[in-house]
Formats: sequence, structure tokens, C-alpha cells
Amino acid sequence: MMDLSRLPKLTFWRAVLVVILATGFYSTLLRFGKGLGAATALSDKFPWGLWIGFDVLCGVGLAAGGFTLAAVVYIFHLERFHPIVRPAILTAFLGYAMVGVALLYDLGRPYRIWHPLVMWNPRSVMFEVAWCVMLYTTVLALEFSPVVFEKLRMEGPRRLIRALTTPLVIAGVLLSTLHQSSLGSLYLIVPSKLYPLWYTPLLPFLFYLSAIGAGLGMVVLESYLSWRAFRHRLAMDLLEPLGRAMAVVLALYGLLRMQVLRKNGALAAFVHPGYEEWMFLLEYGAGVILPIALVAIPRVRRSERGLVTASLFAVLGFVMYRLNVSVTGMERAAGARYVPSWMELSVSVGLVALGFAAFAVAVHYLPIFQHGKEAAGIEAEETWASAESR
Amino acid sequence: MSKAILVDTTRCIGCGACVGACKEANGLPQNEDKELTADTLNVVESHGGVFVRKFCMHCQDPTCASVCPVGALRKTAAGPVIYEADRCMGCRYCMIACPFSIPRYEWKLALPKVKKCTMCAARQAKGLQPACTEACPVQAGIFGERDELLAEAEKRLRENPSGYIQHIYGKEEVGGTSVLYLSAVPFEALGFPANVPHDPLPMYTYRALSKIPYVVTAGTLLLGGIWWITNRREEVAKAEKDGG
Repeated sequence: MMDLSRLPKLTFWRAVLVVILATGFYSTLLRFGKGLGAATALSDKFPWGLWIGFDVLCGVGLAAGGFTLAAVVYIFHLERFHPIVRPAILTAFLGYAMVGVALLYDLGRPYRIWHPLVMWNPRSVMFEVAWCVMLYTTVLALEFSPVVFEKLRMEGPRRLIRALTTPLVIAGVLLSTLHQSSLGSLYLIVPSKLYPLWYTPLLPFLFYLSAIGAGLGMVVLESYLSWRAFRHRLAMDLLEPLGRAMAVVLALYGLLRMQVLRKNGALAAFVHPGYEEWMFLLEYGAGVILPIALVAIPRVRRSERGLVTASLFAVLGFVMYRLNVSVTGMERAAGARYVPSWMELSVSVGLVALGFAAFAVAVHYLPIFQHGKEAAGIEAEETWASAESR
Repeated sequence: MSKAILVDTTRCIGCGACVGACKEANGLPQNEDKELTADTLNVVESHGGVFVRKFCMHCQDPTCASVCPVGALRKTAAGPVIYEADRCMGCRYCMIACPFSIPRYEWKLALPKVKKCTMCAARQAKGLQPACTEACPVQAGIFGERDELLAEAEKRLRENPSGYIQHIYGKEEVGGTSVLYLSAVPFEALGFPANVPHDPLPMYTYRALSKIPYVVTAGTLLLGGIWWITNRREEVAKAEKDGG
């Protein structure tokens, strides 16, 4: 008789995961067997939908916490943030991996995804995005490799990569800066199509700022979820300053958005708000005003629940911004509304779920969290040693 | 010399001969599409009783060609903007970027391509004119050198000022196109986008992309400098701690 108690326990969340993955699997078969038309709500009027607007635009941006924290620790030498660098880089790496997979779904001929490697059009923002994302994913993999080498006790490779940390982090920050802003630049080419509430020559800079703000928010959220799931200490002494930095970035971003509206003469539209105006107010209120207001109150930002709520709304606002640019803002010119099909949704949700699952597996098998001060100690010694030997 | 097509909507009788000829020349199914699709690269629309055919504008500095990451779309010296299907990976940025929303996609196929009018580049290479202009029974659409067609269009505007809106659509829109239109009614009324800039659209991204070398150089110096300063600060602090 089979010993049923040896099987993994079927908890509620595991059941949810199975349902999500099963639905996603069905949609995958449909997408690759019958084509994009059968599996999505995309059309000639609306060629880009959820997989670009959410999976690519948001997925890339949400992983910005990785480069921000790596810079904070390895360039600005704020060593006390070291314990949260590894999970941030893991989140970033998984985020980019998921974006790559999402692209395999969205591209009409995904087996040609390697074409930009040999077929060049440097005039194209998409070309630049493709290259920067490929290079940055490589950098992320290299930045994360010491964790794997540590587990496999491969000292030689681990030391080699550690010695390359500074140039890798600098390369990572530069690549990230370039392609986070390039995602905004994608929409510079449609001045006659993108609704004036969102079109501005500042799109690249706004996408970059919102990525930094949301990246910091994601670090808080990811720490909170890890605390809930794996019982790792929620380092409020580290997260609170990140929350404050997030609010400052959001404030600058919010001011610039207002300035853009003034310059576009779009403020007048709010007297009689239509669909686009309401979507803007929702995005701005929930994603800019609310997080800043919450973080501004000391009692709120010092509480776990307050900081996490503020971060959640910052991240939601970030997602809404990108969906408003890619969907809402393009609907009027397209002459069509876009609502994703349930198959598109199931793939996007499935990829997010896989990301969570991969994160949990990585935490289980790799020294992501238990290192903390220990690692800071080892790495600090290495820094002194290499400095002294010079 | 660059070829072009002049469409005089005041002469079009809506017979659809150009549509049928295009489908035959491109091996497309003869169906009744009311707008451009993957199977209909040239369509005759009716706006308030006025017939206007819509197809690729073959821009002088095409937005689609500039945004394609793998260079699958290209403006040829002969005039047509052509599509190299072998390069295309189906990202569909060209569809988003085109200010006239021309490129269509084969959504139903597992191996889809982008579809749009090619100004019969293959026929032109053999010295023939495009199938559509050859088929037009009333010469509403004519084929020729772009500057000659512009001169002809200006002549018609001059000789019949009240019979035309005094504007050649495509002369300057997005830096000029190889398909030119004349009309007796406002072009927006015929479904042409109203707010299309006169700058070629690739300029809008060039302004951002051209800053990249500066961002990379300045960024490297800045980050390297910060690292050096903070690293130095830590070394000094450690030395003092050891020495003191």
C-alpha cells in the first residue's frame, strides 16, 4: 500500500498553483498550436496587449530593485543593506527570465528571438531594448552566480565573480538605466496616437523614475512575502529608509507628470473627465498620492503593515502607468477597446505564479537569506584584504 | 529616381478594380473585406459618398522601417517600402508605430507574417507598373516619378481651386510619402489621421537614442567616481581603526 503521508501536502496555495499552471498550460497549447488569433484578444487594431503591457513593460520594471540595491551596496558602499541584496537580485533575475518567456509567447515567430543578435537596426528602440535586456540578464546571472557557487562549494569561480563585482554592478546600473528608459522611448514614435495625458518627450525619464520607485517598493513587498512564507526576519530598519527613498522618487515623478499635463494643455480635460481622465486619476491617486501620503506619516511608515501597504500601492500605480500608456492611451486612436482574453490572463498569471514558485525553490536550496551578516563579514574581509595587498 | 502613386479621390468611381487586381497580383483570396487585413492590402472605403482607396503610403523616411529591430522593412531607392519576411520575428512594433496604421498581421496562422502593400516592387523590377494603377479604368490612381506626380497634383489644384482642398496629402506628412492624395473634402473626413506631424517620426526616437553614448560615458564616470570615493573612505576608516 503506498505511503500517502510521504507525498507533498496539498495546501490551499499549492492547489491554486496547480489550477493556475494547468490553465496556463492549456492556453500555451492553444497559442502555439493555433496561433495568436486563437489564444488572444489581439487584432490589427490592437496588436500589443497584456503580454507586452504587463509581462514585458511591468516585468522588466519591477525587477529594478535589483540594480538599485546592488548600486546602494556595491557602489555607494552602504553595507548595512547587504542582507537584502541577494533576494533583490534573485527577484530581478527571475523577473527578467519571466519577461523572456512572455516574449516567446507574444512574438509571432518566437524561434527567431535570436535575430537581433545578428540582424541589426540601431535606429530602433526595440533593438536597443532587446540587446540591453539580453546583456543585463547575463549580468544578473553573473551577479547571482556567487550564491550558486557557494552552495556548490566552488570557491575559485565564486572568488572570480566576486572580484568582478564592481564593474558588473556598474554595467548593470548602466544597462538598466538604458533599457528601463527605452521601454518608455518605445512610445515616443506615436505622438499622433498616444493620448496627451501620457504622451510626452519625457517618457523615457518617467519610465526610468517609476521603475526605481517601484523597484524599491518591490524590495519591501518581496521581503514581506518572504517573511510570511519563510519566517525570515523583516528588517524594518533597512526597509523603512527604502520606503522613504521610494516616496522621494515618487514625489519627483509625480511632479514631473503634473508638469507634463500643464505643458500638454491637458489639465483642461479634467473639467469634464472622460474615460482616459478617470483612468489617469485612478493611476495617479492610488499610485502616487497614496503611497507618498502613507510614507510621509512616521507612525505608518515605521509599521510593517503601513510600509507594505504603501509599497503595494506604489507597485500597483507603476503597473497602472504602464497599462495606461500601452492600452488605455492607445485605445482612442485605435478606434477599439482592448480587454485581454482569459487565455492571455492565464499565461500572465501563470508566469507570475511560476516566478513565486521558483523564488521559493531557490530560497529552499540556495543560501539566499541565511547568509546576511555572515556574508557581509566574509566579503568585508575580502575587500580589506584586496585593498591592503595593493 | 523614386516612384510614387497619385490618388485623385475626385475621380474614383468606387469600382474596386484596383482591389481585385491587387489580390490577383499577390495571390490573395478574393473576399469582401471592408478594411485592410492580412488578405486585403488595398481597400476602397466610402466616406459620405466619397470613395477613397487606402493602402501603404510608402513613406520617404518610413516609421515602420526605423522601428523594426531586425530591419525587416526597408525603403528602396525605387520607391516601395518592402518587407523581408525571413527576418521578421513578429514583434509587431511596425503595426504600433505606423502613423497610418497600415501593417496587418496573419493572426490565424501558426507562422504569421506582416502584410502590407509592396507597390508591386516585383512588377516594377520587371518594368511594369503596380497592378492597381494599371487596372484603374478612370486613371484615379496613376503611377510615376514622385516629383512629376507632385507637379501634376499642383497643376490640378491650380486649375481647379474650388474643386479641391488646396493640400496634397503626403507631400509633407511625416516628411513626405510616396503615395499622394487629392481630395474635394477635408482629409480627416476621409479617415486620414489629422494630427500627423510633418517631421519624419524616426526623429522622435532619434532624440532619445542619440543621448545613449553620453549616458553611458557620464554614468560610468559618475558611478566609478562614487565607488572610488566611498571605497577610499572605508579604506581610510579601516586604516585608522588598525593604526589607532
